[in-house]
Amino acid sequence: MSARPRTLGASVLLGLLAAVVTGPTGDSDEPLRAAWDSIADVRIVLFLGLAVALWLVLVLGPRLRGLVAAVTAPPRRRLTAATLTMTARRSVAAAGRRGRTVAVGGGLLAVAVVAPLVVSTAAQQSMVNDIGIYALLALGLNVVVGYAGLLDLGYIAFFAIGAYATAYFSSSTAMPWHAPFVLNPFFVFPIALILAALAGVVLGAPTLRLRGDYLAIVTLGFGEIIHLVANNADGITGGARGAFGVPHLSVHLAGVDYAWGIDPLPYYYLLLVIVVGVMVAFGRLERSRIGRSWAAIREDEIAAEATGVATLRMKLLAFALGASVSGFAGVLFASKQFFNPQSFSLQASFFVVAVVIFGGMGSRLGVVVGAVVLQGLAFYLRDKVQPADRYIYFGAVIVVMMIFRPQGLVPSRRRRREIELSEAGVGAADSLGSATPTVVRP
Amino acid sequence: MGAGFGRVFGGLGASSTSGGGVGSAVPGARRPGPGEDAAADLVVEARDLCLRFGGVTSLDGVSLRQRRGEILAVIGPNGAGKTSLFNCLTGAYRPQHGTVTFWPTPDRPAQLVGRRPHAITRLGVARTFQNIRLFPALTALENVQVGIEMRQRYGPLSAVLGLPSARRAERDGVRRALELLDLVGLAHRAHEVAASLPYGEQRRLEIARALGTGPSLLLLDEPAAGTNPAEKRDLAGLIGRIAATGMSVLLIEHDMGLVMSLATSVAVLNFGRVIACGTPAEVQRDPAVIEAYLGVGDDGPDAGGATGKELR
Ligand SMILES: Nc1ncnc2c1ncn2[C@@H]1O[C@H](COP(=O)(O)OP(=O)(O)O)[C@@H](O)[C@H]1O
Ligand SMILES: [Mg+2]
Repeated sequence: MSARPRTLGASVLLGLLAAVVTGPTGDSDEPLRAAWDSIADVRIVLFLGLAVALWLVLVLGPRLRGLVAAVTAPPRRRLTAATLTMTARRSVAAAGRRGRTVAVGGGLLAVAVVAPLVVSTAAQQSMVNDIGIYALLALGLNVVVGYAGLLDLGYIAFFAIGAYATAYFSSSTAMPWHAPFVLNPFFVFPIALILAALAGVVLGAPTLRLRGDYLAIVTLGFGEIIHLVANNADGITGGARGAFGVPHLSVHLAGVDYAWGIDPLPYYYLLLVIVVGVMVAFGRLERSRIGRSWAAIREDEIAAEATGVATLRMKLLAFALGASVSGFAGVLFASKQFFNPQSFSLQASFFVVAVVIFGGMGSRLGVVVGAVVLQGLAFYLRDKVQPADRYIYFGAVIVVMMIFRPQGLVPSRRRRREIELSEAGVGAADSLGSATPTVVRP
Repeated sequence: MGAGFGRVFGGLGASSTSGGGVGSAVPGARRPGPGEDAAADLVVEARDLCLRFGGVTSLDGVSLRQRRGEILAVIGPNGAGKTSLFNCLTGAYRPQHGTVTFWPTPDRPAQLVGRRPHAITRLGVARTFQNIRLFPALTALENVQVGIEMRQRYGPLSAVLGLPSARRAERDGVRRALELLDLVGLAHRAHEVAASLPYGEQRRLEIARALGTGPSLLLLDEPAAGTNPAEKRDLAGLIGRIAATGMSVLLIEHDMGLVMSLATSVAVLNFGRVIACGTPAEVQRDPAVIEAYLGVGDDGPDAGGATGKELR
């Protein structure tokens, strides 16, 4: 019973803290002045209101959910021993779920098709450069983190490889270093795909034997290496100035002549097609033997090995697949706009990880929604708050999310089960899904 | 007991019992006498395995032989090294010394030490774990599918494109998994999450998953631990049925009733050494075994007093 006043107190404190950190900047003469100003301001009403609203959701939410569940839950069916009836029922249930998925998917797709038509050009730009690209990146990282349970903190490096490969192959002016011939960016797609996948294999082969935490550190280092090389190798990449004038995508094939240009809309629809295609493809993969062996590795690596799953090879496959999607996204990114090494910083890597965790690890729709929400938030905050403060809001949103909905916005069913089970102390999956190793090799 | 050398085991049980070589691949399998070990149709042979963890020696020169189609029980007090032996056979641990030879078919021996666990599973050695290790958030059906599907060949591209070969493989896998679930009596649980199954059913599910990998040697690590008498009976029936298909079963078990009723031969481990082996009846009379189980001497009285009583 004392939990409620305590949560209320915590919410109010959070509100005050948020008010202070987002308020005016102080100076060293009067360090407390700014804090006082931000609390005495009218904005405090807004923050405290939000805090109380959060508390109400916390206290009333579970009750409401219980009520809704009681009303809508179907009566529990009795199980029969006959396998065939079971399977038949199962497929009926699966068909029902499938129908619902198609309906929801169709609705969301319609929204995605119409949305850019009703927003400003600046918003359209953001929908391509930020939301679209990050949705694609998150879908790729989801294979690594969500399916195979590997924490890759240097994922953006493959994105950089794709982008710089585009500059190298498709333009003789973008970077000091360039190919002796010039390719249409469309032809760079397969090249970047293969290069990124190769880089993934080269990085993964020696490191995937490492346990989760070590893998995270090694990939983090790899990401920084690529970022720093891009930034410092002036004579090759153009250094911090970045790469200018990579040509836009264009098609000249069998009488079709079309060029993507400054207008963000054509890029948006191209990205939409690609994102949907990748979602469908990875969905099939997840439901195949490959997806099941990833799930097995995630849940208990030792048992997976003992069941004949070539765990290293499957992890490497996840790594390479994720990397190739990242490289692919890099080509789109580079051909769309000017870029410099800042786009491939550690922060960008963390942002993709945040999108995946926020949206729901292992859930394709989830990570896309995650990209929409987090990048949407970034766009919304762009001219509302100081740039330096922006990450405070991100941090707050993500922290709140992880406390109250650790499985993410739109969790996958398997993933939710795993988190519930590991909270109940069953199974080896921690919140990131890497199996706890118990074998000590003598 | 020769120090450092476990007694060679397997061919010795020849004079008694009737179960050996049931439906084995050898036509007209003749039971070899004690002197004919070299000609015996072995499925696995461990020679002089030594396994140490720092100062702890968990296997101290264990040698063991099992004939094809036989149910060989490994018994011994807690900490005797039974699970360590399994871990050496399946590649989870790498012994510092010794060899393990496995015959998937009588004419093709394979060396197991140094191979990775999944490679050993692919050769045809499947196992269950003493502490159940299912994939907890997958359904019973999916758990078994994982084992079956590791033998399938279709790759990511076929899966993404939904090629007919991939779909067919997937359907075959489901059918086979349902058969196996039926065999272990879990067909009605196919779509339930593994972690939600009662303990005894989880044990049987683990057996089904192991069978899915298509083994010719099945290793069961205390399959009856923690199950009630009725479940034990079912389990004994199940193991009997599995063995009747010609499968070789290597069984770690504490329940003497189960061991005596199922096993063709028994090997007794204590302090990482094979202290006795032979038919269940022979082993039961062996003074060294009785001593180990009663904890006479420096074994400590906790080394399985209850089991000791059952033994007699
Ligand atoms: N991973 C390990 N690290 C250290 N010691 C181990 C390990 N595995 C087994 N042992 C030791 O080896 C001995 C035999 O253990 P085990 O094979 O599990 O016995 P059993 O299965 O017969 O009860 C024990 O003393 C145990 O402490
Ligand atoms: Mg044990």
